[in-house]
Amino acid sequence: MYLNIIKFGEALIESRSLFAEAAWLTLKLTAISIFIAIFIGLFFALLKISNIKVLEWIANFYIFIVRGTPLIVQIFVFYYGLTEIAMISGFWSATLGLAFHNGAYIAEIFRGSIQSIGKGQNEAGRSLGMNRSQTMKRIILPQAFRRALPPLGNQFIIGLKDSSLAAFIGLTEIFGAATTMGANTFDYMTWLLVSAVYYLILVFLLTLLVSFVEKKMAASD
Amino acid sequence: MSEAREMIRVEKLNKSFGDLHVLKDIDFTVKESEVVVLIGASGSGKSTLLRCLNYLELKNDGKIIIEGKETDPKRDDLNKVRQKVGMVFQHFNLFPHKTVLENVIEAPTQVKKIKKSQAIEEAKSLLNKVGLADKADDYPSRLSGGQKQRVAIARALAMKPDIMLFDEPTSALDPELVGEVLATMKELAKEGMTMVVVTHEMGFAREVADKVVYMHDGRIVEEGEPNQLFDHPQEQRTQEFLSSIL
Ligand SMILES: Nc1ncnc2c1ncn2[C@@H]1O[C@H](COP(=O)(O)OP(=O)(O)OP(=O)(O)O)[C@@H](O)[C@H]1O
Ligand SMILES: [Mg+2]
Repeated sequence: MYLNIIKFGEALIESRSLFAEAAWLTLKLTAISIFIAIFIGLFFALLKISNIKVLEWIANFYIFIVRGTPLIVQIFVFYYGLTEIAMISGFWSATLGLAFHNGAYIAEIFRGSIQSIGKGQNEAGRSLGMNRSQTMKRIILPQAFRRALPPLGNQFIIGLKDSSLAAFIGLTEIFGAATTMGANTFDYMTWLLVSAVYYLILVFLLTLLVSFVEKKMAASD
Repeated sequence: MSEAREMIRVEKLNKSFGDLHVLKDIDFTVKESEVVVLIGASGSGKSTLLRCLNYLELKNDGKIIIEGKETDPKRDDLNKVRQKVGMVFQHFNLFPHKTVLENVIEAPTQVKKIKKSQAIEEAKSLLNKVGLADKADDYPSRLSGGQKQRVAIARALAMKPDIMLFDEPTSALDPELVGEVLATMKELAKEGMTMVVVTHEMGFAREVADKVVYMHDGRIVEEGEPNQLFDHPQEQRTQEFLSSIL
């Protein structure tokens, strides 16, 4: 196998509008699914630390399912399940599938960071007369969220790359665009490498964004 | 003034952690404006007793009457009682993600729903009182231990409690910073605050306390005025404890 650099460069330039659109779709998939996954994750993290057996069990079951099955299976289940029942678009079934998947990992991240906040913080809040939910919302969660940022950033990057699986249910996001072009030109390698460039750029930008937020939140250190 | 009001009354209080019986038939009263110092060896139950008084720990048995009212943790709102009973911890437990001023106004604005501008005004005067007016906008990480503890005191006072509990407020401090915190506490005592203080600072106890209570193995062994208890302890255990620390 050899790679023609000039051909690769031309492909990269010629396809820019197709891939810009594909990258935009990847971004939308990632951003919306992660946004939803944060709420799912927070919800199940709170169930896990609720000290109420049934709720813990529900959260554990959810995490067990997500961890124990391949993401591609989850996406297809959402796709065939949702498009049939709810007439939902491919985009939304992929988004919800990804949110469902990432939510479990984010739940574990939040649970860990909430439990890492010393119980003295909770006692300080309670001793001032704040109730459980005030203390959680105003004292524990802001600190836990800050601590969760590095692993969350990591999960966002995984989520971004995993969104490539949406190609299998027909979405022309970056990977989908690459395989389409590959099939049309009988030159998969060039287009896969083009897609790699776009993923690298997006991951790089996401990394910058996460470290920017981390710096902003470090004001109190 | 006639007979001083009873702020805290504890009767036959028992508390266990699992099989560990930590507080045994504790009887204990604190009158208005009294300063009571709890002393005793490590593990004797001083912190647990203090924490029972604001329901951070729930008793197994007995009575805790705060300002004439007995509270049932199952039925009553513990947050209401806690608003009246401020607590200062050994390790300060300031909120690290909030500035000094934000630490102080947090509970008044969130719990009492006081207007922010008014809470800030009150917080500033409290910070002034503990000598930290210039630190209002700093984060706790920028403060020394003594400053942190004074902020913690201001934070507790912001709820206008009737009783203040201190659990070894100077034990985590470098020796040169102990004085400034004790000075703040003396000031508070002079203003008539009802205080229960767990401390190893015997000088403070002698000077400020109205009553010293010696605990051993979950029981109150002896209590009395500081001079009496320190200079003429009646019980042998008390004598042994005092000679071990002095
Ligand atoms: N949450 C808890 N669970 C189990 N045991 C506990 C708990 N809190 C305290 N204990 C135990 O209860 C006993 C009394 O503890 P407590 O903290 O009240 O003692 P103390 O007099 O404050 O000691 P120190 O001077 O070391 O602070 C100790 O044996 C301690 O290990
Ligand atoms: Mg203690």
